Amino acid sequence: MSSKCAVVDYGSGNVFSVMHALRSLGIEADLSRDPEHIVTADRVLLPGVGAFGRASQQLRSSGLDEAIGTFIETGRPFLGICVGMQLLMEEGYEFGTHPGMGIIPGTVDKIDIADDDGRRLRVPLIGWHALAPPPGQDAGIFRGTPLEGVRDGDAYYFVHSFAVRPANPSAVLATVTHAGQQVPAAIRKGNVIGVQFHPERSGEAGLALLDRFLKL
Amino acid sequence: MRNLRLIPRLDVKQNWLIKGVQMEGWRKVGDPAEVARRYAAQGADELVFMDVVASLYERNNLHEIVEQVASSVFIPLTVGGGIRTPEDVGQLLARGADKVALNTAATRDPKLITEISDQFGAQATVVSIEAIRNGAGRWQAMTDNGRNHTGRDAVEWAREVEACGAGELLVTSIDCDGLGKGYEIDLIRRITDVVAIPVVASGGVGSAAHLTDLIDRTEASAAAIAQALHWKKLTIGDLRAVLAGAGCFVRPLPEGVADGSVEARS
Repeated sequence: MSSKCAVVDYGSGNVFSVMHALRSLGIEADLSRDPEHIVTADRVLLPGVGAFGRASQQLRSSGLDEAIGTFIETGRPFLGICVGMQLLMEEGYEFGTHPGMGIIPGTVDKIDIADDDGRRLRVPLIGWHALAPPPGQDAGIFRGTPLEGVRDGDAYYFVHSFAVRPANPSAVLATVTHAGQQVPAAIRKGNVIGVQFHPERSGEAGLALLDRFLKL
Repeated sequence: MRNLRLIPRLDVKQNWLIKGVQMEGWRKVGDPAEVARRYAAQGADELVFMDVVASLYERNNLHEIVEQVASSVFIPLTVGGGIRTPEDVGQLLARGADKVALNTAATRDPKLITEISDQFGAQATVVSIEAIRNGAGRWQAMTDNGRNHTGRDAVEWAREVEACGAGELLVTSIDCDGLGKGYEIDLIRRITDVVAIPVVASGGVGSAAHLTDLIDRTEASAAAIAQALHWKKLTIGDLRAVLAGAGCFVRPLPEGVADGSVEARS
């Protein structure tokens, strides 16, 4: 293997399924909490599950937020998954107000969506959903990202109670629709991609997406 | 568009996939990891593994099976049975489980739900409610495969565990389990009425019509299926066809799956 993929180890519960998924793609990633290691990797993956505040605190107390910031400045590919995506934002409101890394301007807000009959959607929102390009865009927007090659209707596994709200709508790379409302499913800023769903838990479609990330 | 997950439930006893009727009279079905891979390849949305003899040993014994499945099947896995402490949860998540299902220990000390939810997230914290009918419109929460009473009303208990931080409920009707005569619709309705978290209906599906019934008459977020799949009365494909017919979202599978020519990665 010529290129080094680091998976940031900051105490998130889902690193193991991420590592299993990468291994099935033939990649022995480095599960690392060493800032030096992360800064010099060829690509970095930030997993995440659970509550935003706790994850943010773990990331900051280990100093890994700075290492991630430095890595991102190199322009090399970065992928944040679920809470790992939400941490890219400036601020999250899960159990209080907590700072994110502020790499993408915007917030992480509680999902509160009602259907046509006025019934609130059950949260966490759990399930497989198809991605769509944001309004006014076509699949061309996916070009050069891990989403390139996503087929119409390809579904990915989501589980979340909070969703990102980028200040600049052009940061939204893909959406899913819940009760007629579009919720960001993937965001982008240059070399930084965040996905709300779990590619490591999204079957073949998810593995294909991770494989494309490894080849960026 | 309605979105309902199909979740094969695998009850495991000492490395065997087994299935009983009303949580008794267990029969061997096969190798759990092999069957899990087959269901995943056919389009299962998630898998649930329950260690049905965990209480006997006071611990969950599925670690190896979980690791084996998690390293070859890339869909969410829930593991239940014998989980007593946050450390138990950490160990199962470290083997590749995505969620744990709590029952006995939670009924003894509901604070455990909060502890686990705070530490690992509500999304990882499922509470399994085994309900037995106790008069008209009333159910009692049971433990140990329906053998022991908790003295708790199942519907009240559902409300309480949500308040404690559970992110999902797995609601099993002991009366309907293994009979293949349909889900206990009243029970599922009563519980979805009082909680705002997703509810997985478990126990009783035996035909395509039973799934249609669940979709039409309840707000269940997911359907657990066991004996109908294990004894090959139904396939995941049959159930996916029901979802499509009911106007639910059905996720596409890689080409070749429908005819069985694609096997899961091993």
